[in-house]
Amino acid sequence: MMDEGTELSLTIAQIVQRLKATNLHSQIERQAKECLHRPEIQLESLKEDVRNFLKASGWERKLQNAVYRELHVQPLPRHPAAPPEHAKEPLAYMRKAQVNWEKRILKSLNSMCTELGVPLARKRPAVEQKELTNKWNEMGTDEPDLSRFRPVYAPKDFLEVLISLRNPNHDSSEEASAKSHWGLIQVPLHDRDIPQMREAYSELSLTTGQLGIDDHTHVPPDLFESEHILIGKKVVNEQDSAAAQQYSRQGCPTGLRADLWALVLNSTNEPEDVMHYEQLKAGVIHHDLLVDNLIYKDVKLTASNDDYYFVFEDFLYQVLLCFSRDTAVLEHFSYNSATPPKSYIQGKVGVEEFAVVYPPNGVIPFHGFSMYVAPLCFLYNEPSKLYSVFREMYVRYFFRLHSVSSSTSGIVSLCLQFERLLQTHLPQLFYHLREIGAQPLRIAFKWMVRAFSGYLSTDQLLLLWDRILGYDSLEIVAVLAAAVFAFRAENLMEVTSLTSAEAVLADLSTLKVMPLIQIFLFATVI
Amino acid sequence: MSKNKTAGYKGPHGYQKRKEGDGRSCVRYKCGLTNTIQDVLRQRPGWMEVKDDGEWDFNWCDVGWLRENFDHSYMEEHVRICHFRNHYELTRKNLMVKNLKRYRKTLEREAGRIEAAKCDFFPRTFELPSEYHLFVEEFKRSPGSTWIMKPVARSQGKGIFLFQKLKDIMDWKKDGSRSEEQRDETQVESYVAQRYIENPYLISGRKFDLRVYVLVTSYIPLKAWLYRDGFARFSSTRFSLTSIDDQYVHLTNVAVQKTAPDYDPEKGCKWQMQQLRRYLTARHGTETIEALFKDVDNIFVRSLQSVQKVIINDKHCFELYGYDILLDQDLKPWLIEVNASPSLTASSQEDYEMKCCLLEDTLHIVDMEGRLTGREKRVGGYDLMWNDGPVYREDVNLETLGSACFTANTHLGCVNDRKKQLRQLLKPFPGKKRI
Repeated sequence: MMDEGTELSLTIAQIVQRLKATNLHSQIERQAKECLHRPEIQLESLKEDVRNFLKASGWERKLQNAVYRELHVQPLPRHPAAPPEHAKEPLAYMRKAQVNWEKRILKSLNSMCTELGVPLARKRPAVEQKELTNKWNEMGTDEPDLSRFRPVYAPKDFLEVLISLRNPNHDSSEEASAKSHWGLIQVPLHDRDIPQMREAYSELSLTTGQLGIDDHTHVPPDLFESEHILIGKKVVNEQDSAAAQQYSRQGCPTGLRADLWALVLNSTNEPEDVMHYEQLKAGVIHHDLLVDNLIYKDVKLTASNDDYYFVFEDFLYQVLLCFSRDTAVLEHFSYNSATPPKSYIQGKVGVEEFAVVYPPNGVIPFHGFSMYVAPLCFLYNEPSKLYSVFREMYVRYFFRLHSVSSSTSGIVSLCLQFERLLQTHLPQLFYHLREIGAQPLRIAFKWMVRAFSGYLSTDQLLLLWDRILGYDSLEIVAVLAAAVFAFRAENLMEVTSLTSAEAVLADLSTLKVMPLIQIFLFATVI
Repeated sequence: MSKNKTAGYKGPHGYQKRKEGDGRSCVRYKCGLTNTIQDVLRQRPGWMEVKDDGEWDFNWCDVGWLRENFDHSYMEEHVRICHFRNHYELTRKNLMVKNLKRYRKTLEREAGRIEAAKCDFFPRTFELPSEYHLFVEEFKRSPGSTWIMKPVARSQGKGIFLFQKLKDIMDWKKDGSRSEEQRDETQVESYVAQRYIENPYLISGRKFDLRVYVLVTSYIPLKAWLYRDGFARFSSTRFSLTSIDDQYVHLTNVAVQKTAPDYDPEKGCKWQMQQLRRYLTARHGTETIEALFKDVDNIFVRSLQSVQKVIINDKHCFELYGYDILLDQDLKPWLIEVNASPSLTASSQEDYEMKCCLLEDTLHIVDMEGRLTGREKRVGGYDLMWNDGPVYREDVNLETLGSACFTANTHLGCVNDRKKQLRQLLKPFPGKKRI
């Protein structure tokens, strides 16, 4: 085993390596060179003076933010002798399940491709390219015939895969008892109980001010809100990622949220980001991908039918079509249990140099995928900025919601966490629902896969996502799912079928998430 | 059942008379419409519909009925009707502009240019054919501009079109050379030509306008309430000046949008005001948007002040106006028009509930049941915006008089926790047991 010191040095070395390749590095280098002309830089104290200059001019802060960002996307630390797959997913049976799932998706995609006679990728003729360029800002007006395309999979298909997960080393032959798990997920992963979460989420406690609770109309703003907003403005002025993350735990004020999230995600809109986006756009213009149709279909079926997100239809195409072509996204597969689908040039199967990732970003969209982007349209309306924020959200959090892994933020853990919380604190309800054939996870799964997007009202959703960013974890999504069941427990005890249970929980648009979470975590008798 | 008998309020005799006359504490209402208002009236405890020529205490009529019957109706003191006799001074496009222009001139004379500039919330407008020559002067001053023609008396987007060339409006040319007979024969409908706002604020490429509800219970003195809810109506296609013939792009009335080929009623093309306010705040920051809504308040107050002396004030009358406001890219609000009969037909379940609450609260303020003291600053979703002077959130008394900071008592697009507020405010309906 590595000791802490070695681990740290390794991490530092990795981060330095990654940052050396970035534009920030060359910018800082240039700044350092140029500042030599300044009068306050003395030869005797060169190193000190340059450092001080970089600090005063804000470059040190930018570097700090970049390092902080890298820490978020570090693969899990692993023993040097462990194979690289372990960084993606340490548990062998999870890896296997993910591989099998991917095979199924790919098969489905390939068969659709053959059935419809549509190529996976095709270069657009010049006329079509011109047309698309003209229509770039209003792709939603297009009405292509999408009836033949089916989503590659829906969340409920994925749920079946998770339900069938088994750890071969775990003896699950014991008789069902009070100690056994009543839910659908039957893998023994570690998760936190309420006392542990009370410590971890201390900023959400009953005695701490929150946006989503203490900014309510009849709470005088002097008690919390005004002060919180002032602090928020300071954080934005300081341009400090770490501070922004800590701050978000108590919620982001509407007027500051866009800036704060960009800070937490270290999402910049520098010329090189804009250029990168323009290149992706050019990629969309030149080539048509099969997955584009899946994206169109998804947007038309979900976001366009939403009462509030319908307005942003065009933005969704502009983001998702570019996302499919962004090979920078491939980096996240080093810590994602998933592996991007590869196809090989004819006759060279298995030879890596002749492998092509499809789609270029390795992510095959599924039904509801566009809902990851829709809420962000509320905050950003410059396509390159919106794109930059979404991509970072995806490679930090959203990817975990549709891949099989043992990560604490992964969907498997969230499902297990949800079921365990319910079984521990609402056993009567859980038992009742089980008896009537309404396993709670069957209802809550679709909420969690989308991190509640499209189920909560937008302002509530953004308050939830504030905390996802603030705590750098999706765990709160599972807590909210359990809290919703707790809130509707009385009505749920009366139902006698899965359908009626679904009906009780069909409309979450009036829920206030923070009181629900707060009460569940801090007022539940344990 | 004691209540404050403030001036202008139903006197004790009026109330008792009603009770004696019916032998029951009930309100007899007449309703000329068959949409949401019918449901709201029917569900109100103690209210009974009268048919045909029966005597009524309350009348929710349409403007046609008003025109034919108002002058011949004798109304007892307690009786209420939902329109002012000559509301069209505010709601007909040509008259509204005439009154605003006159008011602006008066302001400039009496209070100077800066004060008068606060009335610059309507685009340059001319009535045709009467102001044709003035219009042509303005038209020539801004070459390449786009103008919109609207019939003065029609609604729901009918008859509206855009133009950029004078030849498109030859029919409205006021030409002294035409003979008397010619002019009589070809009588054209009165239109207004208005400078088209070419840089509307767009959300994701789409144009929208705002529908806001203002309730006026008296013009002299002016007493006006602003409803917190409202909505933004989106055009279902993307905005572009190149297609001025495409009325689906430019007109945002739901009535017009419903006929557009890609209209999907399930989709809906409205956002609640709260949603819009949150979106704008997220994009531009709290202070900027608070300033915007302050400018919007200014539109309501000034437009009402401009017709204050013209409207025949009548204590029997109240009126619920639907204001249409357009934002431009500089976040300046523009007044498009004022509707005396805003549509009460619901386009969705959410819309239905909003309109029910709006109408219920309207009836609470009209207060046939005598439950209010007359000193309230808020009733349900309505905030008192103007009461013979600006109304502030803070209580103005000797102590606070010195402080410079007063905020207007308006909450457009803010949280509407009306049920809670009503529970605290209202006594139960007469006839019901007190809790």
